[in-house]
Amino acid sequence: MATNGHSNGHGPNGHAANGHNGGSAPAPLGHAPRGFSGRIETIVVAEGASDLPEGELERRLIELGFTEGAAVEILHEGAFGRDPIAVRINNATVALRRREAMAIFVI
Amino acid sequence: MTVMAETGTRRFALIGTPNSGKTALFNALTGSRQKVANYPGVTVERKSGALRTPSGRSVSLVDLPGTYSLRARSPDEEVTRDVVLGRLASETAPDLLVCVADATNLRLALRLVLELKSVGRPLLLVLNMIDIAKHRGVEIDIDKLSAELGVPVITAAAVRRGGTDELLRRLDEMAAGEMGTPAASAWQAPTTSELRAAQREADRIIKAAVKLPAKPDTLTTRLDAVLLHPVAGLVILLAILFVMFQAVFSWAQPAMDLIQSGFDGLGTLVQTWVPDGLVQSFLKDGVINGVGSVLVFLPQILILFLFILLLEDLGYMARAAFLMDRIMGGAGLHGRAFIPLLSSFACAIPGIMATRVIDNPRDRLTTILVAPLMTCSARIPVYTLIISAFIPNKEVWGFASLQGLVMFGLYTVGIVSALGVSFIAKQFFWRDTPTPPFMLELPDYKLPRPRSVLMGLYTRAKMFLQRAGTTIFSMMVLIWFLASFPRPPAGATEPAIDFSIAAWLGHLIEPLLAPVGFNWQISVALIPGMAAREVAVAALGTVYSIEGGKEAAEQIGQVLANKWTLATALAMLAWYVFAPQCASTLAVIKRETGSWKWMAVTFAYMLTLAYIAALITYNVAVALGAG
Repeated sequence: MATNGHSNGHGPNGHAANGHNGGSAPAPLGHAPRGFSGRIETIVVAEGASDLPEGELERRLIELGFTEGAAVEILHEGAFGRDPIAVRINNATVALRRREAMAIFVI
Repeated sequence: MTVMAETGTRRFALIGTPNSGKTALFNALTGSRQKVANYPGVTVERKSGALRTPSGRSVSLVDLPGTYSLRARSPDEEVTRDVVLGRLASETAPDLLVCVADATNLRLALRLVLELKSVGRPLLLVLNMIDIAKHRGVEIDIDKLSAELGVPVITAAAVRRGGTDELLRRLDEMAAGEMGTPAASAWQAPTTSELRAAQREADRIIKAAVKLPAKPDTLTTRLDAVLLHPVAGLVILLAILFVMFQAVFSWAQPAMDLIQSGFDGLGTLVQTWVPDGLVQSFLKDGVINGVGSVLVFLPQILILFLFILLLEDLGYMARAAFLMDRIMGGAGLHGRAFIPLLSSFACAIPGIMATRVIDNPRDRLTTILVAPLMTCSARIPVYTLIISAFIPNKEVWGFASLQGLVMFGLYTVGIVSALGVSFIAKQFFWRDTPTPPFMLELPDYKLPRPRSVLMGLYTRAKMFLQRAGTTIFSMMVLIWFLASFPRPPAGATEPAIDFSIAAWLGHLIEPLLAPVGFNWQISVALIPGMAAREVAVAALGTVYSIEGGKEAAEQIGQVLANKWTLATALAMLAWYVFAPQCASTLAVIKRETGSWKWMAVTFAYMLTLAYIAALITYNVAVALGAG
């Protein structure tokens, strides 16, 4: 599932400025603060993390463009509990809740 | 050219992801030659239209519900899948799939194209909004894209003049050619690894054929910085709603006065030229008064729809869902429920039908149950009438009108009670039901096109006028009949209506409604008001005008101000916030939930709330000296 070398080359250029190092362990996007920018390392739905049928959350995330290697940036967050979040993914913006974003691991 | 191509009408289908501008393209291609119906057995709207190609060939075009994948998750998406795969018994599979993509946002659309390719039907990819893409510096190598995808590609700008010329020429060519018999479809629901592979392939093709600018749409970014700001965003959303309701109340007034005086003039004409008696009464009290008192609200309904259409075309509706998600979630509703509920301000029927975007059945049901509590435009006539008769027209805080504020208050009560009811339903009935995810694409802002807004307004106006011409008109005739027959005996001194069936019916129900301060005239008006809320206004007009005889030429508002106490008026307002007085809404609930049970539940809980609210309002008002 590793996607080294698969770069889109047109993501928001913020990830360079953010200075993330390749050595840090992937963390869930659901915990990331507003302004975070990075790349998707993998999509893993933890057991019991979704009320949807098995595999469904993963499929929906992929259908909205959350795939390995894609550039992501948290643009906005809601007023209450900093939820939901608006995520720039490559060239589009998608709103989702932090709960579902826990399945997206980013570096 | 074959005989088939000469005579048979080709059937093309538009398919695409949400926000691809598919509907704008459909409007541009078919113009006003559109037909909206339902797919049999389901309540998904079937939008189709006739298209004439440059060489005069006629093509029937169907606009399929937007979807990211054929892996259907909602009734709408199931229709799209079934039509594409030719699984629908009522419909032969389309001869050509026209896949519409937003040229500025190709990633998800190209994955859909790859999936559609596996269906094995003729396919054409249209890169819509190419003008915006060019303006932003997106460079697309069309030939390369077409070669990589193995699908013909054409560009279009649906909202520009001449923006669909090239597409029309291409459709013409394809309609003329031999389309072949549809092969059996090889499509199967993709697994996660197939989805991943397809997205990777789509990304590879984009990298090969598309050059994107370094920066995303800066206008959208800048606007969102304010409009999606945790605090400012919510304040702006509230302000938009506030302006909307003030506008409905004040902007419409001149047009309403004009319509009102038109009907008044018509009534006077009839009174002058038609001899006294039944015919005059029928024309004046039944037809002109009845229909006029409903038609007068057309300006308000159009203003409300104007706001909703503008916000939708602007791309703001998805933002509103984002801002409201937590608040709605606290009440046990889905963030996506915001759009259906907002549409319910116009009318609960499109609102309830719009709940199809909610894929979780429980969430959808809750939204359907509370949608009729949102203040629909049919309540506006009743509210306006009572407010202008009983609430003084003065300014408060130097900028807002007291009447507008009361109106705003009534809307607020509707919203709060909708949230309250869904909260209770979630807490007590559906405790163990899991929360479904909220995932929504936020499209780039686009300036609404006057043409598409006008087309939307035209459709709404037509629907309203049709309703006024059929349901409301026949109800008015019925009311006039009930209020006029049997005729009073010769030499009777009491008003004629006292002898009528209406009076008898009204007196029959009156004891039930007396505790909430309703007299028998209101009781009579509420009966046809069950069919449609706004009819009650007309019915009151008819009842009071037949009661008053010729002298009651004065306006209905003045009559009410003389005949009702303030407590009765307020109780009537409270009643109307909740009462399930709309046969069409109940019918739609039955159809959408597929059960009589949920229709009955809605009717019962709303009626109970209406009675309790009116009872409390009346008694509190009387205790405060407004009796």
